[in-house]
Amino acid sequence: MTEVIATNETILVVGGGISGMTAALEAAETGKKVVLVEKRPYVGGRVTQLYKYFPKLCHPTCGLEINQRRAKMNPNLTIITMAEVTDIKGEAGNYTATVKIAPRYINDNCTGCGNCGKAVEAEFDDEYNYGMGKRKGAYLPHRMAMPQQYVIDPAIIGSDDAQKAKDACKVNAVDLDMQEETIEFNAGAVVWATGWQPYDANKIQPYGYDRFENVITSVEFERLADPTGPTGGKILRPSDGKEVKNVAFIQCAGSRDKNHLLHCSRICCMASLKQCTYPADDVDISVYYIDIRAIDRFEDFYQKVKAQDNVKFIKSKVASIVKGEDDSPVLHGVDTEGYNRYANQHDLVVLAVGMEPSVDKESFPVDIVINEEGFIEPASENGGIFAAGCSSDALDVNRAVQHATGAALRAVQVINRVAGTEG
Amino acid sequence: MSTNSQKYRNSFLKEVEANVEEGEWVKMCMQCGVCAGSCPLGKHWDHPPQEIFMMIRAGKREEVLSSDSMWMCTSCYNCIARCPRGLPITHIMHGLAVYSKRLGLMPDNQPTAEFGQIFWDNLMKKGRVNELKMGLSMYFKDGFSQGIKNAMANQKLGQNMMKAKRMNAMEIMGGHGVNSPGDLAKIIKKAQEIEDGNIQDFS
Ligand SMILES: Cc1cc2nc3c(=O)[nH]c(=O)nc-3n(C[C@H](O)[C@H](O)[C@H](O)COP(=O)(O)OP(=O)(O)OC[C@H]3O[C@@H](n4cnc5c(N)ncnc54)[C@H](O)[C@@H]3O)c2cc1C
Ligand code: SF4
Ligand code: SF4
Repeated sequence: MTEVIATNETILVVGGGISGMTAALEAAETGKKVVLVEKRPYVGGRVTQLYKYFPKLCHPTCGLEINQRRAKMNPNLTIITMAEVTDIKGEAGNYTATVKIAPRYINDNCTGCGNCGKAVEAEFDDEYNYGMGKRKGAYLPHRMAMPQQYVIDPAIIGSDDAQKAKDACKVNAVDLDMQEETIEFNAGAVVWATGWQPYDANKIQPYGYDRFENVITSVEFERLADPTGPTGGKILRPSDGKEVKNVAFIQCAGSRDKNHLLHCSRICCMASLKQCTYPADDVDISVYYIDIRAIDRFEDFYQKVKAQDNVKFIKSKVASIVKGEDDSPVLHGVDTEGYNRYANQHDLVVLAVGMEPSVDKESFPVDIVINEEGFIEPASENGGIFAAGCSSDALDVNRAVQHATGAALRAVQVINRVAGTEG
Repeated sequence: MSTNSQKYRNSFLKEVEANVEEGEWVKMCMQCGVCAGSCPLGKHWDHPPQEIFMMIRAGKREEVLSSDSMWMCTSCYNCIARCPRGLPITHIMHGLAVYSKRLGLMPDNQPTAEFGQIFWDNLMKKGRVNELKMGLSMYFKDGFSQGIKNAMANQKLGQNMMKAKRMNAMEIMGGHGVNSPGDLAKIIKKAQEIEDGNIQDFS
């Protein structure tokens, strides 16, 4: 049974991405008790699936490692993974949260040795790689996962594979009898940091993401470029595994569009500019765009990419994609600088998909003010519940972290008020 | 009408906003190009919708109103379905065509315009379209011998329409109509007066 010691001087953080981690650590480092609830089997959220960060082109693992160290060293912070908040009742200074915890079938004895993974045969689509590539039925979600503990896929429970995993483990970490648990605890304030998800590219019918293998999304491209990804960092075509020599990026795929997401997702221009630096120099790159939104200091980054000999910018929202020779996508449209009609063939097309909130408008377990796009508004009606990071808006990491720090401060203020009155 | 943005609108954009159906949408176009690329007949247009909207905003009155482009629209609605800004592009194209005709600026011998006129004249006689006469007027609009050629080429179509009771050979005698064509004419006249009254003078 998972034990959580919490009072109404505890801060509950929902979602353990870079924003939730930041809010939790900032609050815990002021001495407050914090419980962080994360749905995935590991913390870090979507940045763990990025190859590099703009604008510095450093690796996200670096920042994550620092956060993980901070988390390990802080006795005020409790992290519960594979858990979701199903209900929150009460008011600022006095909430009761209900949390459902899915069984991991692996306990804290796990040393991450990987013997169970080797023993199991069943394979599943690897969600960490957005379904490109496979993982075992007993798996470490990714190399840097925190906690460094394996997970057993519920689909193999009751099979020989599950038994093989149990038998292979030398430290008695496999517990096939683990059950789903529901726990309840108190909190004085809540930081809501459930982040974002890529807009469903299947809904952008003219681009044929569901029909053409060589049309992929920007989040998948991050995985293709990553040496720990499904292709070992080689940018290969999904249809035939050939090396990509000519890649196109389509901006605003699902954003700024009344048929899809109304808002500008803000990060996708920079994400594509960053991704222009991933392929080798001899790969031709075309970026199709309405306008490039590289805000503030990012303009320098834009200018640098523009100066790259292999990158071409085409001012046009692509109208449609059809399949050409050799499964190569052919992009049709008209450019805005001259109104020239084009039909351009590329080896691979990357859709710079928009960001939408990961929690559906209707399914928040607590009454909270949500805007038209589904992001949480900073409203006084929200009481002691504060949004952090991409649950509040489409933000890059830098801005998400700043926002999360602000949310932590608001939560700490509520706790201080509670502590003051309880004196 | 004293908003700041007003200053930046040239007189042609204002004219379109005032006198063209759905013209007030033109300023909303963000020049993405999706409509231009989505039009199945696009490559036959002098200027795709995206460019027309830019030309309106650039004050190119004569070029826009005498253009062939908006007459090429077949109302397939592809552009409307895809426009990220929700512009009613098809309707604006028809609005521009109607307005250019009103001003007499449309290109000579524009087939869609001629079809429109023939349709209207046919309809206004009895209040219902006489398919047979409609077809014949279209065939013979470019002279007798071209008319015979057109009729021969479309013989099969005509026969099929008769078989399906979509067209009746007896219509040549005059054909069916509404009960009181005179009243219809009055209604139309009134509507035209109202429309004329709404047109603002920009010349
Ligand atoms: C293609 C692409 C490339 C990018 N590249 C960069 C870059 O180079 N540099 C940069 O600064 N930014 C980049 N970004 C943006 C960056 O990914 C975000 O800023 C960042 O992920 C925001 O973190 P977050 O914690 O707010 O959200 P998330 O990363 O989405 O984290 C949210 C966490 O909450 C968890 N969660 C969700 N729902 C629940 C629930 N109900 N209960 C419990 N937990 C839940 C999730 O599992 C997740 O762990 C990129 C984005 C894209 C699309
Ligand atoms: S950031 Fe760029 S690609 Fe993304 S929605 Fe905004 S303009 Fe489009
Ligand atoms: S699709 Fe809409 S916004 Fe884009 S160019 Fe056409 S009218 Fe303008």
